[in-house]
Amino acid sequence: MSSITDLTLAELRDALKAGKVSSLEAVDAYLGEIEKARALNAYIVVTADRAREMAKASDAKLSKGEGGPIEGVPLGIKDLFCTQGVQTTAGSHILEGFVPTYESTVSANLWRDGGVLLGKLNMDEFAMGSSNETSYFGPVINPWRAKGGNARLTPGGSSGGSSASVAAHLCAAATATDTGGSIRQPASLTATVGVKPTYGRCSRWGIVAFASSLDQAGPIARDTRDAAIMLRSMAGHDPKDSTSVNQPVPDYERSLGASMKGLRIGVPKEYRIDGMPAEIERLWADGVKWMKDAGCEIVEISLPLTKYALPVYYIVAPAEASSNLARYDGVRYGHRAKDFADVQSMYANSRAEGFGKEVQRRIMIGTYVLSAGYYDAYYLRAQKVRKRILDEFNDAFKKVDLILTPSAPSAAFALGEKSNDPVQMYLNDVFTVTANLAGLPGASIPAGLDSRGLPLGLQLIARPFDEETMFSGMYALEQAANFKARPERWWA
Amino acid sequence: MTVDTNTVRKVAKLARLAVPEERLEPLTAELNGILKWIEQLNEVDVAGVEPMTSTVDMKLPMREDVLQSGPTGGGQPDNVVANAPKTEDHFFVVPKVVE
Repeated sequence: MSSITDLTLAELRDALKAGKVSSLEAVDAYLGEIEKARALNAYIVVTADRAREMAKASDAKLSKGEGGPIEGVPLGIKDLFCTQGVQTTAGSHILEGFVPTYESTVSANLWRDGGVLLGKLNMDEFAMGSSNETSYFGPVINPWRAKGGNARLTPGGSSGGSSASVAAHLCAAATATDTGGSIRQPASLTATVGVKPTYGRCSRWGIVAFASSLDQAGPIARDTRDAAIMLRSMAGHDPKDSTSVNQPVPDYERSLGASMKGLRIGVPKEYRIDGMPAEIERLWADGVKWMKDAGCEIVEISLPLTKYALPVYYIVAPAEASSNLARYDGVRYGHRAKDFADVQSMYANSRAEGFGKEVQRRIMIGTYVLSAGYYDAYYLRAQKVRKRILDEFNDAFKKVDLILTPSAPSAAFALGEKSNDPVQMYLNDVFTVTANLAGLPGASIPAGLDSRGLPLGLQLIARPFDEETMFSGMYALEQAANFKARPERWWA
Repeated sequence: MTVDTNTVRKVAKLARLAVPEERLEPLTAELNGILKWIEQLNEVDVAGVEPMTSTVDMKLPMREDVLQSGPTGGGQPDNVVANAPKTEDHFFVVPKVVE
């Protein structure tokens, strides 16, 4: 048998059930790998003791032939999910030292099904970023490097700790969240599979809020099957989240290998944007061909409002963030400034010290677009354009079953390359943000390498709550792409 | 629309963010860069369009108006103040607000 950490989640699950390996062995193997990969900065906190305790409990169940669907499988949790008794920071100084007294519903669902917590994964501060450079705990480094180079590249963001740790085999799979592309863009940049389910599929309870009408949790995993297994455990109705939808959660693994014959795949011409590398366009054409070969019908579609999705997002998301982040006042939890004259300056100083630059920028934009006199011109107009974008998707899905696009407009870029220009950084989410605005499920799967040897992903978007067709499509693409490349272990 | 440093100062006050004077000008430039980019939304015809309020087509669920059990329930003052910077007898302590 190859090394334990090189087993996929599905293989490890089966090996654990068959008694070929114990959960404790798996945990120790992963802890060893995490230790060697400190240079990647993927974990903010490693919970070695808790991991071993949970593993022993899992092994006791497994030895009796009991246990949940992922019993004993070691997982990484994005530091946006509250974990009882384990520091949860959202990548921010303002929450440094915050130890939740409760568990997020999604992580609790994973523990219910037998998952084991390895630690908390680094991320952009409050999930605001596309390169992991806004984390108070320093950027995560992409395990992938360009051929012949040693420049430090971004693993994408905001779920950069999740993507890097899955790509470097520092956990069997990871949780992540996606507000504008924060699961799919990092997955694309690290050759991992990232799934953002339909809004309402996973409970947001216990996830540090960024933009509540857009935030959705999902997995980053090594392949489509692993992502299907993870999502099945993470998803489910939760009365504690009023937008959580009461629908049964299908066994997504069963959708893998379903016939694609006759499925209509939409290819939106507006996703062919200026300045997109020819390699990405070629890969997209490959994806179209793979779908055709699988028996799909290819349908050219038009989504003319695509270019307005990002500007809509940069009104709606900061507006919701400015409201959500008003709770950090240095009173109930989080950082409190030492120097202040009165309660007002205590609030203002605590927030100025606790929030990083990008977070402050977005709070300012959000406060401005919601302020008296500007609300109609910015926020209301954005919500109207958002409605038209949703209508456009609804019309498209009358003609097609899935939409195929590239996941990101570029491969992994160097740290520092885009951090001085907010708008350039925002453009990373140009292909992913539409699904958030419309609440649709979307996924990125690794499809090829560019000429520098860096991974590129393809995205599938599906109808609301039709993740099953999406998983069938992902599996078909995965089979056709036959992507096997791995990053060199330069960090170990 | 562009903002000037006075507007940025006012917005910072509304947002309860202490922005030092020397940061006001660079911040104004950054915000104007973003606002200028956002302005392309004015090209879109939104006449007669209802603003979107939810991506999920469902009614807000109602529940019985009774005390919940578990983490959202009552009777756990220790948990409520566990992460507060300053507390006294299960109260949050803040600087004096009334003379």
